[in-house]
Amino acid sequence: MGERYYQEDIECMPREKLRELQSEKLKKQVQHVWDHVPYYRKKMEEKGVSPADIQSIDDLHKLPFLSKADLRDSYPYGLMGVDKKDCVRIHSTSGTTGKRVMAFYTQHDVDLWEDCCARAIMATGATAEDVCHVAYGYGLFTGGAGLHGGSHKVGCLTVPISSGNTDRQIMFINDLSATLLCCTPSYAAYLAERMNEMGYGPDDIPLKYGIFGAEAWSEEMRQDIQKKMGIKAYDIYGLTELSGPGVAFECSAQKGMHINEDHFIAEIIDPDTGEVLPDGSEGELVFTSLDKEAFPVLRYRTRDICKLNYEKCSCGRTHVRMAKPMGRSDDMLIIRGVNVFPSQIETVLLNHGYGANYQIIVDRVNNTDTFEVRVEMTPEMFTDNIGEIEARQKDLTDGLKAMLGIKAKVTLVAPKSITRSEGKAVRVIDNRKI
Amino acid sequence: MINQISVFLENKPGTLNEMTAIFAENKIDIRAFSLAETKDFGIARLIVDDGYEAMNVLKEADFVANFSPVLAFAIPDEPGGLNHLLQKFTDAKVNIEYMYASLGGKDSDSAYMIFRVSDTKQSEAALIAQGLKPLSQDDISEI
Repeated sequence: MGERYYQEDIECMPREKLRELQSEKLKKQVQHVWDHVPYYRKKMEEKGVSPADIQSIDDLHKLPFLSKADLRDSYPYGLMGVDKKDCVRIHSTSGTTGKRVMAFYTQHDVDLWEDCCARAIMATGATAEDVCHVAYGYGLFTGGAGLHGGSHKVGCLTVPISSGNTDRQIMFINDLSATLLCCTPSYAAYLAERMNEMGYGPDDIPLKYGIFGAEAWSEEMRQDIQKKMGIKAYDIYGLTELSGPGVAFECSAQKGMHINEDHFIAEIIDPDTGEVLPDGSEGELVFTSLDKEAFPVLRYRTRDICKLNYEKCSCGRTHVRMAKPMGRSDDMLIIRGVNVFPSQIETVLLNHGYGANYQIIVDRVNNTDTFEVRVEMTPEMFTDNIGEIEARQKDLTDGLKAMLGIKAKVTLVAPKSITRSEGKAVRVIDNRKI
Repeated sequence: MINQISVFLENKPGTLNEMTAIFAENKIDIRAFSLAETKDFGIARLIVDDGYEAMNVLKEADFVANFSPVLAFAIPDEPGGLNHLLQKFTDAKVNIEYMYASLGGKDSDSAYMIFRVSDTKQSEAALIAQGLKPLSQDDISEI
């Protein structure tokens, strides 16, 4: 089978031509932002840059960065680039108060995002003949909507099953002979295991390919899922700030994810100095959206640490490939696909009368993230009544769930028992081997 | 009314022993002891000869501990002893949250019952009205 493309002329466009296209789009986008997003215009003015200074992508480095803090400061409408009446959709990250990212879409934005997802789907080899089982969550989360839209564009029979109810998922996959599975890698691993338990081996399962993203996963996990389900598993990358999944995707070569460069320019910078690093360096990934209208972010710092590869790919695509992100330049954790900041946990603890002595322990057991918050018992919180302590423990668990959107196991530990290095508490222990 | 010491114990091997080591080092004598546990943590409940000293050494060792008011009674160490005592609790309409027992000293034919009740002061008065004699802190220290 030859390589399949959704938009071959763009995906395989010679790099020189791609650069021209990017430069054209960038000029227009900077003017659009200058005219419609006062928040960013002010940042540009502070840096002494005007649209006239941006003539090609070589001038990109002159523009100021946007950070998560900017998104927070301008929440919710401050970075909107069009009139509200021209927006058709919002999506949002799972973080809450202060950390939540609210992204807006015009119909044009939805279309380009779905095109990106359609490219990812066809890169697996899937076509309109396929049945696409979308088990990402639907709703504010971008996972479900993105792959759902992409699946429509390709013309697959789309099963909008969303997440949860595993046995029903398996029934649908089998009864409809679904061939493409889209979900988080941890859910894919869980589904695979459950199917094997129910007696469905790799030869009985109709699935042929899977697109798994929204959280980090290892090569071992890929092999495990592939073996159990008898499929080929593909990685996909994206973030709500840029639209959602499909910013980058794996092709048949599976040596990095092609960034959809006609829509997003990637740069690698030194996270400390902000300087752009030479090709092939490891650093923080920064994205500029080239033609998003409603939420046109320029030089957005993802905090993902990663490397870019500009070598020609055997699949025929010319777009640059990004390696799997190797870590973060901030303290954000991704647990079961959800963004978690230690500061959110601290807020909940203080609100519940605990001190700020806590530790987050993350691990991966049977391909699922475990999430434990250890809190030091304080004299103020202690009583000889077990029921009362347990009720407080439950309150805290509920409070964390409300803040983070995922459940943590709360463990009470003895005072001063949390590891401290050089007087500073070690907040996060991530034992996941990814 | 006497002071029970309640100590928070993290659920991991050695914590209880750490606490008893502190008592041993500081020559604190345990008069009565019970352990309440959940799957995540435990609470040691103790009556000792010198409660204030015990509290000081526990806090120095970074244990979380507090005093909880409890009622203690001596009962004859014979069949029906506890039943007779509890009948008075029923008559006085006193609600028991938890209780534990301690046998008396070597030569004693008494047992000591420790009770945590809902409203300690009011309950104590009601039990005295039923003719019971709660032990004092001094009684405990002298056992």
